[in-house]
Amino acid sequence: MAKTTELICVTCPMGCKLTVTHEGDTILGIEGNVCKRGEAYAQTELVDPRRMVATTVQVVGGVHPLVPVYTTAPIPKPLIFDLLSELRQVKLRAPILAGRVVLEDALGTGVTVLTSRDLPAAPG
Amino acid sequence: MAKRTVDVAVIGSGPGGLAAAIAAKKEGAGNVLVVERDVEMGGILLQCIHHGFGTEILGADLPGPAYAQRFEQEAISLGVETLLDTMVLDITPTRQIVAASESSGLLEVQARSIVLAMGCRERTRAQITLPGARPAGVYTAGMAQRFVNVEGFVPGRRIVILGSGDIGMIMARRLTFEGAKVARVVEIMPFLSGLMRNYVQCLLDFDIPLQLGHTISRIIGRRRVEAVEVVQVDDQWRPVPGTEEIIPCDTLLLSVGLIPENELSRNVGVALDPVTGGPYVDERFETTMPGIFAAGNVVHVYDLVDWVTEAGYVAGKHAARFAAGDRAGQLDYVRLEAGENVRYVVPHVLTRDQLPGESIKLQMRARQPIEKPVWVELRDGEKRLIRRAERYARPGEMLTLVLPERSYEDVRQAETLTVNVLER
Ligand SMILES: Cc1cc2nc3c(=O)[nH]c(=O)nc-3n(C[C@H](O)[C@H](O)[C@H](O)COP(=O)(O)OP(=O)(O)OC[C@H]3O[C@@H](n4cnc5c(N)ncnc54)[C@H](O)[C@@H]3O)c2cc1C
Ligand code: SF4
Repeated sequence: MAKTTELICVTCPMGCKLTVTHEGDTILGIEGNVCKRGEAYAQTELVDPRRMVATTVQVVGGVHPLVPVYTTAPIPKPLIFDLLSELRQVKLRAPILAGRVVLEDALGTGVTVLTSRDLPAAPG
Repeated sequence: MAKRTVDVAVIGSGPGGLAAAIAAKKEGAGNVLVVERDVEMGGILLQCIHHGFGTEILGADLPGPAYAQRFEQEAISLGVETLLDTMVLDITPTRQIVAASESSGLLEVQARSIVLAMGCRERTRAQITLPGARPAGVYTAGMAQRFVNVEGFVPGRRIVILGSGDIGMIMARRLTFEGAKVARVVEIMPFLSGLMRNYVQCLLDFDIPLQLGHTISRIIGRRRVEAVEVVQVDDQWRPVPGTEEIIPCDTLLLSVGLIPENELSRNVGVALDPVTGGPYVDERFETTMPGIFAAGNVVHVYDLVDWVTEAGYVAGKHAARFAAGDRAGQLDYVRLEAGENVRYVVPHVLTRDQLPGESIKLQMRARQPIEKPVWVELRDGEKRLIRRAERYARPGEMLTLVLPERSYEDVRQAETLTVNVLER
C-alpha cells in the first residue's frame, strides 16, 4: 500500500515541505522540493533517519561538575535515548582534554563520542 | 592602581573578541590584551554544547565549546595576553579602560585602539511585560542553558517556552534529553522566529507542540509557577477573548530575543542605532568614536557564529592599523540606508576614501517574510549598483550582499546608497 509522509527538508535553510509518496522504503514520488537535494534527504530520512547528539557527562574534581560531549557523526534516531542513558553512567576525572574519547563505538554504531573542551581540575 | 599601556585592547573573549585579537596580532600589533569578566575564555559558546558551529568557515560541524577553544588556542599561540575574571567598568574617549578584578582590584589600561566585543544579552520579562504573579520558575532560555550545560542542574520537570527563537528550541530538546517534559512552545508571531533546522530537529523530532500566533497572558502560581495561561492573538497582537487555555507547568522559559550589550559603549559616547541596539559602524567596524571598534553580537545579533568570527577579523585588523597610527584626518562617509523591506543594514556607512582592498559584506534583515524569489539590491537613486537573487527572505535569516571592489568607484560618487529586498 502506498503511503504519504510529510517531511521538512533541512539540507539548506529554505526548509521545503516535502510530501513523499512511498511503499515501505521505496519512494514513488516527492512533491514540494525546490531542488534535487530534497530527494536524497527524503530517502535517508525515510529509511534511516540519523541525528547528531550533544550532551554532558559527569566530572569529578573539575572546575565545573560536567563536561560537554558530542557525537562525531549522526547516530540512528531511535538510539538517541539509549545513548543518553549510556552516557549518564560515565564519570570522568579532571583534568580532561578536548577530544578525549568517551565512547568508542557507541551502542555498536561505529560512532565516537568525544569531549568538546578542556576541563581543568579545580584548584586546591 | 595598576597601570599599563597596550596597542589593542579587546573587551570580551567570545568568538568576536578572540577573532579581533587574532587578526590584530596578525596585522602586526605589538601588545594585544583581551579583558574578560568570566574566569574562562570563550563567551556564550561555552554553554552552547550542541552542534552547528563552524560549518561556514571551518568546514566542520562542531559544538560551541570546541569552536571557541580553537580560537582561544590560536590567540594564545600568537601571543595575545589575557586578563580573566576582570570586568571592564568604564572606557574613556581617550581610550583608557578601567577594570576591576577580585585578585588585583582596580586596574587601568591605556590602549591605542579598543575593540568592543561584549556580545549580547537576553530580553527578560521586564522588557516584554508579562502579566501575572512573580513566582519562582521563570528563567530566560539562556539562563536555563547555563544551568543545565555548565552547572549541572535541571530547572524543572514540566516546561513551557515562550518564543520560538533558536535558543528556546535548542533548550526544548536539551531539557527533553534530561528527562523533562516540554509541554509547549508558544510564539506570538505568525511565523517561526528561529531556524527551520531547529524546528525539525528540536521540536518535531520529539513531538513538542509549537503554537504560532499565541502568547502567554498570565502566569499562575504563588511561590512556584503552577501553570500559564495561553491565548491566541489577532494581527495587532491583541488577545482573542475565549481562546484562553491553562497549561500546567513548573517552569516558564523566555526565548524572546537578544539585545546587544552596550552599557560601556553608551557611557563613552559611542552613538547607538535604535534599530540594532548596537553602535553605528563603518565597513571596518569602527564606531562613531575614533579608535573604538566593535565586533560580533555587540553590533547586531548574528545568526551564525562563523560570521561573528569574520566580523571580528575585520575589526581587529583595522584596530591594529589604527593603533599603528594609520589615520590621516577626518573620514568622509557614504550613508547606507535600509530601504524597501529592510529593517536594518550593517555597516551603516562606508568610508569614501578608505575602502579596504577586499570585498565588503553588507548584512541585513528583512522586515517581512517573502516566501518567493527575491532580489537583494544596492542602489544609488535610479542607478542599481549590484543585486543578488535569493530564493526567499525571512526576518530570522540574515541576508548578505557582497560589495565587490569593482563597485567602489560608484560608491565614492554617491551620497546615500539604499538596500532593498524586492520580489523578483
Ligand atoms: C544564551 C545565548 C545562547 C546562544 N546560542 C547560540 C547558538 O546556539 N548558536 C549561535 O550561532 N549563536 C548563539 N548565540 C549567539 C552567540 O552569542 C553568538 O553566536 C556568539 O557567541 C557571539 O559572539 P560574541 O563574541 O559577539 O559574544 P559572546 O560570545 O557573548 O562574548 C562576549 C564576552 O564578553 C564578555 N563581557 C561582556 N561585558 C564585559 C565587560 N564589561 N568586561 C569584560 N568582559 C565582558 C562576556 O563575559 C563574554 O565572554 C547565543 C547567544 C546567547 C545570549
Ligand atoms: S529541497 Fe533543496 S531547496 Fe528545499 S530545503 Fe532541501 S536542499 Fe533546500
